[in-house]
Amino acid sequence: MINIEIDGKQIQTENGSTVIEAAHQAGITIPHFCYHKKLSIAANCRMCLVQVEKAPKPLPACATPVTEGMKVFTRSEQAVKAQKGVMEFLLINHPLDCPICDQGGECMLQDMSVGYGGGHSRYHEEKRMVLAKDIGPLVSAEEMSRCINCTRCVRFGVEIAGQMELGQAFRSEHAEIVSFVSGTVDSELSGNMIDLCPVGALTSKPFRYKARSWELSRRRSVSAHDSLGSGLAVQTKNNQVLRVLPIENEDINECWLSDKDRFAYEGLNTTDRLTKPMIKQDGKWQEVEWQVALEYAANGLRHIANGAGAEQIGALATANSTLEELYLLQKLMRGIGSDNVDFRLRQSDFSGDGKQQGAPWLGMSVADISRADRLLVVGSFLRKDHPLMAARIRRAVRKGAQVNIIHSADDDLLMNVAHKAIVAPDALVETLTQVSKALAAEKQGQSASGDAAAIAKSLASGERVAVLLGNFAQQHPQAAQLQALAQQIAALSNGKFGFLVEAANSVGAHLVHATPGSKGLNAAAMLAKPRKAYVLLNVEPELDSADPQQAVAAMQAADLVVVLSAYKHHATEYADVLLPIAQYTETSGTFVSAEGRVQSFKGAVKPLGEARPAWKVLRVLGNLLKVDGFDQDTSEAVRDEALKGVDVAAGLNNAIGGVEAKALSAAGGLQRVADVPIYSTDAVVRRSAPLQATADAAIPQVRMHGDELKKLGVQSGDVVKVSQGQGSVKLFAVADDKLPKGVARVAAGHTATVALGAMFGTITVERA
Amino acid sequence: MKNLIDFFKSFLLLELLKGMSVTGRYFFARHVTVEYPEEKTPQSFRFRGLHAQRRYPNGEERCIGCKLCEAVCPALAIKIEVAERADGTRRTTQYDIDLVKCIFCGFCEESCPVDAIVETRVYEYHGENRGDLYYTKAMLLANGEKHEAQIAADRAADAKYR
Repeated sequence: MINIEIDGKQIQTENGSTVIEAAHQAGITIPHFCYHKKLSIAANCRMCLVQVEKAPKPLPACATPVTEGMKVFTRSEQAVKAQKGVMEFLLINHPLDCPICDQGGECMLQDMSVGYGGGHSRYHEEKRMVLAKDIGPLVSAEEMSRCINCTRCVRFGVEIAGQMELGQAFRSEHAEIVSFVSGTVDSELSGNMIDLCPVGALTSKPFRYKARSWELSRRRSVSAHDSLGSGLAVQTKNNQVLRVLPIENEDINECWLSDKDRFAYEGLNTTDRLTKPMIKQDGKWQEVEWQVALEYAANGLRHIANGAGAEQIGALATANSTLEELYLLQKLMRGIGSDNVDFRLRQSDFSGDGKQQGAPWLGMSVADISRADRLLVVGSFLRKDHPLMAARIRRAVRKGAQVNIIHSADDDLLMNVAHKAIVAPDALVETLTQVSKALAAEKQGQSASGDAAAIAKSLASGERVAVLLGNFAQQHPQAAQLQALAQQIAALSNGKFGFLVEAANSVGAHLVHATPGSKGLNAAAMLAKPRKAYVLLNVEPELDSADPQQAVAAMQAADLVVVLSAYKHHATEYADVLLPIAQYTETSGTFVSAEGRVQSFKGAVKPLGEARPAWKVLRVLGNLLKVDGFDQDTSEAVRDEALKGVDVAAGLNNAIGGVEAKALSAAGGLQRVADVPIYSTDAVVRRSAPLQATADAAIPQVRMHGDELKKLGVQSGDVVKVSQGQGSVKLFAVADDKLPKGVARVAAGHTATVALGAMFGTITVERA
Repeated sequence: MKNLIDFFKSFLLLELLKGMSVTGRYFFARHVTVEYPEEKTPQSFRFRGLHAQRRYPNGEERCIGCKLCEAVCPALAIKIEVAERADGTRRTTQYDIDLVKCIFCGFCEESCPVDAIVETRVYEYHGENRGDLYYTKAMLLANGEKHEAQIAADRAADAKYR
């Protein structure tokens, strides 16, 4: 600890910290632009100049380390003069167009100018102009003349997003922020540059000219699009969500937000929003009153329960439904005597059910990921599935952690990967077994060679080891085996293991038992053995299921399909009742994040049209079906009931035992490797126009090893016919030599590939 | 005795003369009454009357939709909606002033960075129906076009004090 004095105040601060950090700790404000607590120090804006005793000239507080007995003056005559001077220089080239600037009202430059600047400018010459740039559909660089060259966006790209997509070109007066050769900024974290930009140079493109900052009211919410549980500040005006910003929480999302969370709101109120209940009569859709639709649904369900039996009714939900909705759905199903309820729509291996000791979760806190020094990530499209977790791991790697990858695709993670084993899906289990064996051997002082051994060596040398199973591993047909092996590896390396959980409320859904019991059918079985009736909560079967062909066939064969959805989507082809439900911004609810954090939120706006919160719809359905215990008045009451007697911390347990080894049926041919593209994961994201305009939302291609393409006699860039089961689609083939041989990577969950079958298994690629 | 004095006062019309002298004094004094509507009081160039929206000489509307007037209006009389026009500029799609709410404080004019919203010297207007004093953007622009010469002259006269 070091003692210093700032403005006459005695402060104790850590050795190695800077003056600006010490000042902020003590609650003394030092004006700054380029300094940001999460980024490296650039010291190029010079706004934080302060006077230091015995220093002949003012020093930048952000780049001056503290020394014992240092005396700093932030408001002395010298400091004030320096700050005024810098402010005048910064405003020389800054256009005074605050009235039309989207940053107006929340602009650091405005605030600092009022607080620390002079009243007038002595500069009357021509101002510099920087041409507008188009850097993609999310971030607007229309007004680059406003840039003050603080380089926060550049440093963010390099240090947090992992890729330098913006850079500063040229010198002095000609310096400007540019993307590489007029490229776009494609990072999945690019929206954070908008927050970081202290002026109005980088602003939100979808929000451009929509509202001024002072008109918006701010509501707290929680992200529904990945399992991190990021805090959202939902900003609304006239009952419409106009913008989403991060709420800072060092333990969850820090001060960042992924583009998916930030721009998904554009998909909330699209033209295909369902605003009135509808029923299908004589093949025609008719808008009806709520009462009519609810009674129609209840009568239909009762009829099937009494006739064919309640086990002929199945309920499917997505894991981004709220805890309250999932709880009431399973309660409703169990109340009418059916045990068929599930939310694990993309999972294909259910052999772990009953052997799993609790709800699968991250196995550690999110902050623990930053602290880990050796990581093994198995089967995860890490950057796209969990953008902010990837950013955390990236920062851990920069600080010296080693990350090892076992996966079936080798996407660039934009971080230094220590060792990786890229193998076909059917070899994942084998590879993990090798790592486990090598780790056991390593403990006895033997060492082997090969990828698995290198990974084992890396893990053995760590003190805080984390083994993480990604979405791909959870959806894998041998998921239970992978889990058991991960458990073994974590035990051998004295580490923790867990799941990079797929959706916002997957953990919560497990906690409220939205999974089938011993008698019930799981998601895959419900579709494989078609039921007579289905209740769908938020689900778009063709996009959310592991096997879209099977899902659609099951829906079409059913006598009654009750759809609780915010959108009209494809359900109009097979559904019988459409019940409009509210979005997560329109209802109160609770999500349990990957690390088991229970976060409740309230609605930010009123539901659109006649849409109603799904928990209310389910409650009324419960009443109509005369099931007991559907008398809750508020979502809080539902939550309290759902979590009554549930010890969340104790309910989270990844331990699994007694998993039987089962080999994959090797049918020959190519194996499919399917990722769910980042902007296809859920209904809202799929409808967000700006997200769909990004490079990440491009139409899926077939990616294969160059040698495999040669075997087919196909060139990279040709159109090929991809078939699975009865369906086939035509896609562009792309050579990707980083993929293992014998696999074809075809994305799932995208409208272009819904005609195909299961996410895992054999797939045929032919010349078109 | 008192009766006698009273008699002479009435007989000589003293009270009347006294009254007439006041009348006579004002008859020849300077006139202060303004015979509205034939006559009108002189106005300051800072007079705050009916609002108007101005255009630039090339016909482009001045307002850029910054909403400062809406924010500063103490009576919450202004309502603005903004959108990006096809040419990429920031323009209002709606600019309404409810003159029933307006207290004619002139803050809107003062806050305007482009001198778009102004208060003219016009004070002779009325509404026959409830909604007649709800001025929309088109009405305000029409006001501006009608009185532009006067508005411009007034701003010029005031310029040196600003």
